[in-house]
Amino acid sequence: MTEGSQRFKGVLLILAILALWEAVGLLGWVNAKVLPPPHAVAIKWWEYLAPQQPYDPDSGSRLAWLLSGELIQDAMGSLYRVLAGFIVGTLLALPMGLLMGASRQVYQLCNPLLQILRPIPPIAYIPLSILWFGLGNPPAIFLIAIGAFFPVLMNTIAGVRAVDGIFLRAARNLGASRSTIFLRVILPASTPYILTGMRIGIGTAFIVVIVAEMIAVNNGLGFRILEAREYFWSDKIIAGMLTIGLIGLAIDQAMSLLNNHLLRWHRGLEH
Amino acid sequence: MDSSIVISGVNKTFPTPHGVVVALQDINLEIRTGEFVCLLGPSGCGKSTLLNAVAGFSLPSQGLIKVNGQAVTQPGPDRGMVFQEYALFPWMTVAQNVGFGLEIKKLPKADIRSRVDALLKLLKLSEFAERFPRDLSGGMRQRVAIARILALDSPILLMDEPFGALDALTRRSLQDELLRIWSELGKTVLFVTHSIEESIFLADRIVVMTYRPGTIKQDIRVTLPRPRDSASPEFNGLKRELSELVSSEQARHEDAERRALTTD
Repeated sequence: MTEGSQRFKGVLLILAILALWEAVGLLGWVNAKVLPPPHAVAIKWWEYLAPQQPYDPDSGSRLAWLLSGELIQDAMGSLYRVLAGFIVGTLLALPMGLLMGASRQVYQLCNPLLQILRPIPPIAYIPLSILWFGLGNPPAIFLIAIGAFFPVLMNTIAGVRAVDGIFLRAARNLGASRSTIFLRVILPASTPYILTGMRIGIGTAFIVVIVAEMIAVNNGLGFRILEAREYFWSDKIIAGMLTIGLIGLAIDQAMSLLNNHLLRWHRGLEH
Repeated sequence: MDSSIVISGVNKTFPTPHGVVVALQDINLEIRTGEFVCLLGPSGCGKSTLLNAVAGFSLPSQGLIKVNGQAVTQPGPDRGMVFQEYALFPWMTVAQNVGFGLEIKKLPKADIRSRVDALLKLLKLSEFAERFPRDLSGGMRQRVAIARILALDSPILLMDEPFGALDALTRRSLQDELLRIWSELGKTVLFVTHSIEESIFLADRIVVMTYRPGTIKQDIRVTLPRPRDSASPEFNGLKRELSELVSSEQARHEDAERRALTTD
């Protein structure tokens, strides 16, 4: 079985499900209000994507006009929050994870606290986040940062602890100082773990952003599908959900490319 | 000629759940500058422990090791170590691995490059400079590890069964190469092996060690002219002599292992 024909089969399955879904609507088996047929979702999706106003050269460039559709604005809002929260979470988790992985004392000091905090889902911080940060982007970014923090932290700790002792001995033999060993040996040796943590972290961030947007802000994909529910626009809900799926896929692919580039020296690459 | 490594009265003990293991007992050894010395014995005889003590990775429980008159307290680039597992940094290219020790010394970039180029040429690695270690065979990796140590220009090479994981042909060609480098550069070499043939092929002196406690059983000077012919009667006579010395230690090692397994 070649990879090409496997992929073709995968596409075929999607098309088959779309056809079945359409048929179920045509045959009147389900209420179109509850489950609109795919063509209705596609039409709505296009409306949601396309600019709402006709092009007016006075109000800005053609590119800005092309990007003025509601869907694109929502997607950019969500992506901004995901990236901001993910960067905050990662920047906090990475040095802490490196330190906890490298030093037994720091690990023993911080571990009990982290073990208590880790099982608390980021969603449980919603009430506090609103109390502390009010409404808008700050509480959303806070929640996303928490979501990204733990996967990056735990994997970084595991990565540092898994560094083969022979690399440390070889580096010491070459006369490397502690800081050189840390930056040139421990850090690169643990990148496979760190990147795995980042990949999980950005996935969590993407889940949390949708929930955060349902509560704290008034744009973004999460906000939009909740808003669409108020008006019983099931087609728009589904269009929004599929957009979330596609953006999530794109982010994961981007992470995977980054992974393959940074770990080109590593065995067992994912292709 | 002065001694470059002096080991006097060294003991090393390890606490284990089954009691204290005496890995080294009363080791006294002097190695002259430029000498090629093999430590020979079965696994568990403490030869690697002794090498690690000279390297400064794990200091003796008692006794003193001096290298060029200085007591060994920590690892250092004056005693370059080549490991059986190569220990190349997989995230660095061949050239970066070889140049890492020079980078640590903060040499100018251009100097590092020319030095690395020369070493890669010496070890026939030039065309692999930009490859990562995972692309190389075991023999090539060990060449890179040797180049990395030679870059330090350390007067002493410590080698921990460096060719143990290689196939017979690769092993032989690396042995030849090591001898060539050794005679060209005049290094002092302390080489751990459990291969009798390897030790006769390489060494000026073969130090046979006993199994637990690790002591020096015999210190044999090899005077055969190089290159040594493993088919010659002298080579084989020495091989027979060493086989007898080593096999009684190997028997004790196997005995101890069997006992450890049956008492569990």
